[in-house]
Amino acid sequence: MSDLESFREETRDWLEANCPASMRIPAAGEADICWGGRNFVFQSEDQRLWLERMGARGWTVPSWPKEYGGGGLSKEEAKILAAEMRRIKARSPLVSFGIWMLGPALLKFGTHEQKLEHLPPIARGEIRWCQGYSEPNAGSDLAALATKAEDKGDHYIVNGQKVWTSYADKADWIFCLVRTDFDASKHNGISFVLFDMNQPGVSTKPILLISGNSPFCETFFDDAVASKANLVGEENKGWTIAKYLLTHERTGISDMGLPTPLNALAVEKLGTVDGQIGDKMLRHQIAEHEIDAASFVFTLERAKDEAKAGGDMGAFSSMLKGYGTELNKDRHELILKVNGSDAFEWEGQFSNNGEIARNWLRTKANSIEGGTTEVQLNIIAKRILNLPS
Amino acid sequence: MALVLNEEQALLKESADGFFAEKAPVSELRQLRDDKIEACYSLDLWNEMAEMGFCGIMIDEENGGVDFGMVGAGIVAEAMGKNLSASPFHASAVAAASIIGAAGSEQQKTSLLPAIAAGELTLGIAIDETGAHDPAGVAMKATTSGGGFKLNGMKTFVQDGTCADKLIVLARTSGEAGEADGLSLFLVDSMAAGLIIDQTVMTDSRNWAKVTFEGVETGAETLLGEEGAALKFLEPGLDKARIILAAELLGIAQECLDQTVTYLQERKQFGVLIGSFQGLQHRAAQLFSEIAVTRSAVLKAMQAADAGGDFRWFASLAKAKACKTAELATNEAIQMHGGIGMTDEFDIGFYIKRARTVQALYGDYNYHASRFAACSGY
Repeated sequence: MSDLESFREETRDWLEANCPASMRIPAAGEADICWGGRNFVFQSEDQRLWLERMGARGWTVPSWPKEYGGGGLSKEEAKILAAEMRRIKARSPLVSFGIWMLGPALLKFGTHEQKLEHLPPIARGEIRWCQGYSEPNAGSDLAALATKAEDKGDHYIVNGQKVWTSYADKADWIFCLVRTDFDASKHNGISFVLFDMNQPGVSTKPILLISGNSPFCETFFDDAVASKANLVGEENKGWTIAKYLLTHERTGISDMGLPTPLNALAVEKLGTVDGQIGDKMLRHQIAEHEIDAASFVFTLERAKDEAKAGGDMGAFSSMLKGYGTELNKDRHELILKVNGSDAFEWEGQFSNNGEIARNWLRTKANSIEGGTTEVQLNIIAKRILNLPS
Repeated sequence: MALVLNEEQALLKESADGFFAEKAPVSELRQLRDDKIEACYSLDLWNEMAEMGFCGIMIDEENGGVDFGMVGAGIVAEAMGKNLSASPFHASAVAAASIIGAAGSEQQKTSLLPAIAAGELTLGIAIDETGAHDPAGVAMKATTSGGGFKLNGMKTFVQDGTCADKLIVLARTSGEAGEADGLSLFLVDSMAAGLIIDQTVMTDSRNWAKVTFEGVETGAETLLGEEGAALKFLEPGLDKARIILAAELLGIAQECLDQTVTYLQERKQFGVLIGSFQGLQHRAAQLFSEIAVTRSAVLKAMQAADAGGDFRWFASLAKAKACKTAELATNEAIQMHGGIGMTDEFDIGFYIKRARTVQALYGDYNYHASRFAACSGY
């Protein structure tokens, strides 16, 4: 038996013995997702156990190095683990911005000490992170950010405001873009620092959105303290890391929740006559969408295969982000059409408290967050098509 | 299978791109049009294509081909799309070779495929009878006659029907128009008595014909595949043809984008390069995105067809998406070029004319969107 085959067998046995039965039912919504962190309230003892067991093995972050709390798995092994988890429909034990965003940035730009300090608690789900990027006057023009970090020897004093900070009210630490040099050109005075949110100088205020939910916050810094040991990369060179993470985020956003085709939903809701949805106009609209969506899914596959073959994704991630998010908005408009007036129920059990309408409204931010569609088009025009400024 | 070209395919692409750019650029098509050459292609080019192995790109080595499969054929078609290179490649080396491959007897394959691969046999494809592509809607009658068949009726939009050696003809041996059963395929000699081939000058300046059958006698040995069950063989063959048309449309769209971007980088108005205007940048970037996404669907479909099995869903996906993108690309190319894009002197017009014709061939966007939905269970 090859090493990979025996790895598959061991993994299968271990998952069989350690994944609680209730964690083998796909997550139905936000409430089923484990975000971890100091203040996280586990939905069940099973959820806590599942995180603890996977975290101890480093399998919440299978491909991170073992010394930083990861599983130390090769690409092939990580694939096998993912496939075996899918096989038993195991939920992801932990979802977090630490895993998805800060981790990759620290692995690339952090010092050994920073990795040792911050990565293992992410892997075990002990610390929940948020991202401090946008400000009231620095949205699409992110590099115009003005949150000030003053050099006080071994630490910085941070003053300013962030906005659209996802789950800042629930986060323990923040990775934050701050200005350390007000005299340099706007891209050259930015630094990337980490600090604890649990200190007197930090406060958050959730923003009520059109969906009725508040996933984003305003975050205020009033003489907040950030240790210099937690400056990632060089001072004033934070924009490089910011750009890396934005590219990473764009690839991630366009990749999130690969759309399940609308076929099943439409057939279930509308029924068919001679194998076709009766509403011919809607059938055509769904087909148009699905043709674009299938082509896009194959584009993600092609982008991954090209990256593997040594190609550079670079600005192509802007195409994926722009196209993928516009598709998702279109998809939710179609979900409304398929559901008719049922889609607009806002409260009550029948609609799971207006899930369809609230999810639809949430998608309107897809083409704004992580760089608007227009910003992505600017990037394609300049960096891929070489059009003049 | 990785969704990228392998080394062998990448080399083929380089050689095909270079070959057609040098031997058959748009200026050649313009010349053929202006000289009113009946065949609408150059025999010299066709012979050189045969030498390059392009005519046998999909044909197996035993039958004289180079066996590069659908991905190989798509690479050649994309290069021809970029250059609008005119030749019987699609009708003979792709559509006919695929239909014969799917429907033909061993004997028909061994006698026909090597001749196609050598560029010695060209075939026209006679399916449609109205402006709408609908194989099951074929009404033309083939009645039994003296051990063979007698054909009566008319075909339109016959691909490469002028100057072809033979025609592949879809006709009804039983049943009524609209029924999937009762159709049969015939391989009819273009010199047969009672066969009238009218060259049709079409928008794209390529080889098309209307063909009238006035009691054309054709022997039983010219039947391709089982009598009355043609669609079973024709559809997989046509699906390959459709995917390769999608590759040609992709080449057209890519070339329109490339030429437009170059123009945006050179043309000045209001004292600046027009490529600096965000209104134009966003149009170009959106077109870039659509082409990138289309490329994935087309490559995926070619790989699916090479892998075998049922690839109808992939074929309709690729043709539909390529139709939509080529329509966008050709329209945008004219708009962003401004007035000069409207002139015959400028090449962009040739691209929009070819694109629309290819879009209509073997099913347009609506045909394939509806078929895609049917294949998806709705």
